[in-house]
Amino acid sequence: MLPTPCTSHVSFDTIYEPAEDSYLFLDTLSSASETAWLTQHFRTGPSPLILEVGSGSGVVLAFVAGNAPTLLGRADILSLSTDLNRAACLATCETVRKAIDAQQPPAHPNTTPESTTTPPTPETTIPRSTHLTSLHTSLATPLREKTVDLLLFNPPYVPTESVPRAPTPADFPDPHPNTSEKVKGKGRDFERESYLLSLTYAGGKDGMEITELLLRDLPRVLSERGVAYVLLCAQNQPQKVVERIRTSGFSEGEEGLGDTEEGQGKGKWCAEIAGSSGVKAGWERLVIVRIWRDL
Amino acid sequence: MKLLTANFLACAVKGCKAAASSYPLHFKDAELEMQEVDFQPEFIHNIIPRVDWEGLRVMANELGFPNIPGSKPEGDMLNDEQTLRDLHKLLLETHVVDGKLCCGHCGHEYVIKEGIANFLLPSHLV
Repeated sequence: MLPTPCTSHVSFDTIYEPAEDSYLFLDTLSSASETAWLTQHFRTGPSPLILEVGSGSGVVLAFVAGNAPTLLGRADILSLSTDLNRAACLATCETVRKAIDAQQPPAHPNTTPESTTTPPTPETTIPRSTHLTSLHTSLATPLREKTVDLLLFNPPYVPTESVPRAPTPADFPDPHPNTSEKVKGKGRDFERESYLLSLTYAGGKDGMEITELLLRDLPRVLSERGVAYVLLCAQNQPQKVVERIRTSGFSEGEEGLGDTEEGQGKGKWCAEIAGSSGVKAGWERLVIVRIWRDL
Repeated sequence: MKLLTANFLACAVKGCKAAASSYPLHFKDAELEMQEVDFQPEFIHNIIPRVDWEGLRVMANELGFPNIPGSKPEGDMLNDEQTLRDLHKLLLETHVVDGKLCCGHCGHEYVIKEGIANFLLPSHLV
């Protein structure tokens, strides 16, 4: 069993704490069948770019980046993440860095300044997973088209009356110089924390409003060999989502998008349930769907 | 934020999506930091094919990085250790800690703080 990335440095005031859905991601991606599929899929070609959308603590991306040699059959991967919460971006950078250092220790750890011997010229080593950065943004918005090879999304999937408003730069003011944010008013802190946490779970109608936005962006952002893993809960009607992608790709409801070269690209869209958990009254509570193009 | 990231990003403003000048974004007041990483020629080999070379060249020029080949290295150039080491430095070792990324089309500036670029848009631009 592959180790779960360490998140002991993460403060869960405003960041989603790894839970059943996060662990389903880890279990699914490290299952024998998915590992075999991914290793086969990425056995050739340039270094894969892995994007986790809404990474939170970063536990899922860290697991994939750290264990890339086992999961993808190669360590020359570039990882990237997005989150609406700046604190989650900082947390993810740290979680991913720690996991890579733990699973793929550097061949030449930084020599301490005390060492008196002349520094050796850095030697040639095998690739190690590399985290590019974490972007403070919504979904995959600033990503150029056809850049992402592996996309991971554990969305806000809980059905709610409405989705919270999108945060703006004004929601993340410069920290007060004497870090008196806590003193400024407990009420306001609580409100801000509740708001940021609501972004991690509130999915609007059928719990699908945010997921639909991401799904619609897949034809644009995924490379031709691109694969997305998206988690859905029972209320999201995963079976319907799978069927819809299989029959009409992503053209439905998006004016023109599906008919353009840019929108659909080549290859037929495929979707398959790659993992599930929490069987309740005969229904899987959570599933992870794998979406890709059959070229 | 590693410099290579900029190769994958364009302006997030909706009206800029179709504009050619929304990529590459241009660094402004960039404070760079070098973080030594073991030299991994195989990694550089595997990254080169996926890099948009023109975007990388523009960025390297703007940041004053010398020695970046004018066109994407191919064939024998891929065996030239100095070329690979220069690219290794640019792609894997150089980080932007603070600064801005600016759109050449709408002029919007995305602020980078402590290595995190803020691509959230004010509500009137979403």
